[in-house]
Amino acid sequence: MGEPATKELLSLADLEATTNLRTGRKHVLSILVENKPAVLTRVAGLFARRGFNIDTLTVGPTEDEHLSRITLTLDGALHPIDQVTKQLHKLINVLKIRDLEPGDTVSRELALFKVAAEGSQRAEVMQICEIFRGKVVDVTRRSVILEITGTTEKVEAFERMVRPFGLIEMMRTGEIAISRGRGET
Amino acid sequence: MRAVDAIMECLKAEGVDVVFGLPGGANLPTYDAFVDGGIRHVLVRHEAGGGHAAEGYAKATGKVGVAFATSGPGATNVVTPIVDAMMDSVPTVFITGQVRTDLIGTDGFQETDTLGITMPVVKHSFQIRDPREIPRAIHEAFYLARSGRPGPVVVDIPQDLSRADIDYEPVCDLHLPGYQPTTDGNAKQIRQAAKAMASARRPVIYAGGGVVNANAAQELTEFATADRFPVTCTLMGLGAFPAPHPQWLGMLGMHGTRAANYAMDEADLICCIGARFDDRITGKLSEFAPNAKFIHIDVDPAEISKNVPAHIPIVGDARNVLKKLVKEYRALDAVDGSRMDEWWSRIEAWREKHPLRYDDSSDGEIKPQYMVQALYEATGGEAIVCSDVGQHQMWAAQYYHFDKPRRWINSGGLGTMGFGLPAAMGAQVGCPDATVVCISGDGSIQMNLQELATCSQNEIPVKIFIMNNGYLGMVRQWQELFWDNRYSHVDMGSFPDFVKVADAYGATGLRLTEKSTLVDDMKAALATPGPVMVDVRVTREENTYPMISPGQPARDMVG
Repeated sequence: MGEPATKELLSLADLEATTNLRTGRKHVLSILVENKPAVLTRVAGLFARRGFNIDTLTVGPTEDEHLSRITLTLDGALHPIDQVTKQLHKLINVLKIRDLEPGDTVSRELALFKVAAEGSQRAEVMQICEIFRGKVVDVTRRSVILEITGTTEKVEAFERMVRPFGLIEMMRTGEIAISRGRGET
Repeated sequence: MRAVDAIMECLKAEGVDVVFGLPGGANLPTYDAFVDGGIRHVLVRHEAGGGHAAEGYAKATGKVGVAFATSGPGATNVVTPIVDAMMDSVPTVFITGQVRTDLIGTDGFQETDTLGITMPVVKHSFQIRDPREIPRAIHEAFYLARSGRPGPVVVDIPQDLSRADIDYEPVCDLHLPGYQPTTDGNAKQIRQAAKAMASARRPVIYAGGGVVNANAAQELTEFATADRFPVTCTLMGLGAFPAPHPQWLGMLGMHGTRAANYAMDEADLICCIGARFDDRITGKLSEFAPNAKFIHIDVDPAEISKNVPAHIPIVGDARNVLKKLVKEYRALDAVDGSRMDEWWSRIEAWREKHPLRYDDSSDGEIKPQYMVQALYEATGGEAIVCSDVGQHQMWAAQYYHFDKPRRWINSGGLGTMGFGLPAAMGAQVGCPDATVVCISGDGSIQMNLQELATCSQNEIPVKIFIMNNGYLGMVRQWQELFWDNRYSHVDMGSFPDFVKVADAYGATGLRLTEKSTLVDDMKAALATPGPVMVDVRVTREENTYPMISPGQPARDMVG
């Protein structure tokens, strides 16, 4: 028997208020998994059915061919991070989970921006790119493609800078992160 | 050796003595292996029946239940039992056929993404991609199903791979690096828990299905009686503590006793063992047990502090932890024996003022509560009782007093109507000498009634008692109480004629309508050989009380 045992109408505003709490406390989880079929589906599916929102997710091989690493970011205040990691640990193919501390972590993402850049604008766009230590990877008469690597904050700052010129397309990989020092992530 | 013959060898190595299932195209090779495989197979009439039978078998025996189904509709039919087994932590292995590998992904005949469909609801699953993986996958499946927090594991085997010729060698080493359940319990935490219990003035032990799963009923009783701790159990935990015991408060939760729910509400320390603070237990979470601190013992760390923050968390198998806890408790000196006097007099007052009660009829009409009491009497309290879902389930939980574990088999978490009969069938196969009873409703029984044919054909002598009120009773109760009596599609009429149905299925059918002879009539039904289906006509509109209205705190119980 489902809830609620009341026939009172629920207002849409109340419903939304209970589901749209974001506080911006970002967590970066580094998850070491067995490189087996459907592992990513299991991880992503767990997040979906437990109602945890993934902000970014990247997955790739590691130094050990039997293992893959999933790096994902989520709003930690929205979901008890403890519950997220415990549920992840229940997946049989998950070997290790680290909730990375920003101070002890080097994190990067890569982004490609296709920006409208005609005539005199082009020089200005390229100058901004240089300041952000980005690369121009393609040029046509009417646009440029720029490659930026860095923290999420840097990528977002760059986006704000080039958007006024006419941002045609943007693609981002999502963050990968590695812990500082000699120890394993 | 054919891969399918290797499957049989694996099952035997795992101690499987029976499989419930139904063949189809994609598992034809496997069924060929059953011919000479040396494993009993019970042919069910619907794969859901097979899945629930595997659950009933597992719950009654403590061993892993096994169900087979073919691809496509066979696999989708076992989805409900899989979810049910997941919610109630039932050790089960489901082996499904899959279309040939060259057809996978082409929408082939009877193809379905079994792995994908079941992924959210399994403890783990394997899709075989190389026939040489089959033996290892099956052994790992059994290990995963029965260890840690038990649950369902699916092994999906494409038809062509099951026909392969493989070198079979028994697998002794399992490779599950990501799976290391903690079962011992942290010694320091256990000592702290013992000390906390020793100083609590208003403690309650709240035990659940984890105690039954861990075969820890005896240890639970030892711990409870190491002092005078009051004990309550969840619906899943009934039988983990002997019901007729001075320290027994009755079941807690939505239809639990007032003594149990009020004790939780006023407790200063709650020791939760193998339970999970489900919403049917807590009522309004923010007002649940406002004065209590919590010890939470569970083999699944994700349950601890999921709904209610634990002050003393202990991850471990209930049996291991309770053994140590008893030892620690007994080693404490100067425990004040009188500190719970006041608490017990408060509990006694609740018990006296609010026993489970109902208004009995003054004529021959059978009240549903009385029906359960009569069944308790007729069986001498010694039956394995399998239940379906609804009012009859709650009344059975309230009025049939379980004094041993694995005697009460029902669908708690998922609340699956149609669970009862096949589960009873599985329990009877697992415990051939026991009296196995299925208490059902006229709604629930129709959801897997076809398994009566399985019972008749295989001489599985379950005794079915249908609490027939012609309604989907629990829904009717909610419509009465919370939706202004506006009955919407709950009247089932008096269809079918269950006596005729029983007859058609080759079982014995009986109809009972008279209270005064009910116990004797039930005894006669129980003494009748073979499967028996008894249609007991009860009061049409009777409500299950007491009740915590959903979303309300326990102290505001009604009825």
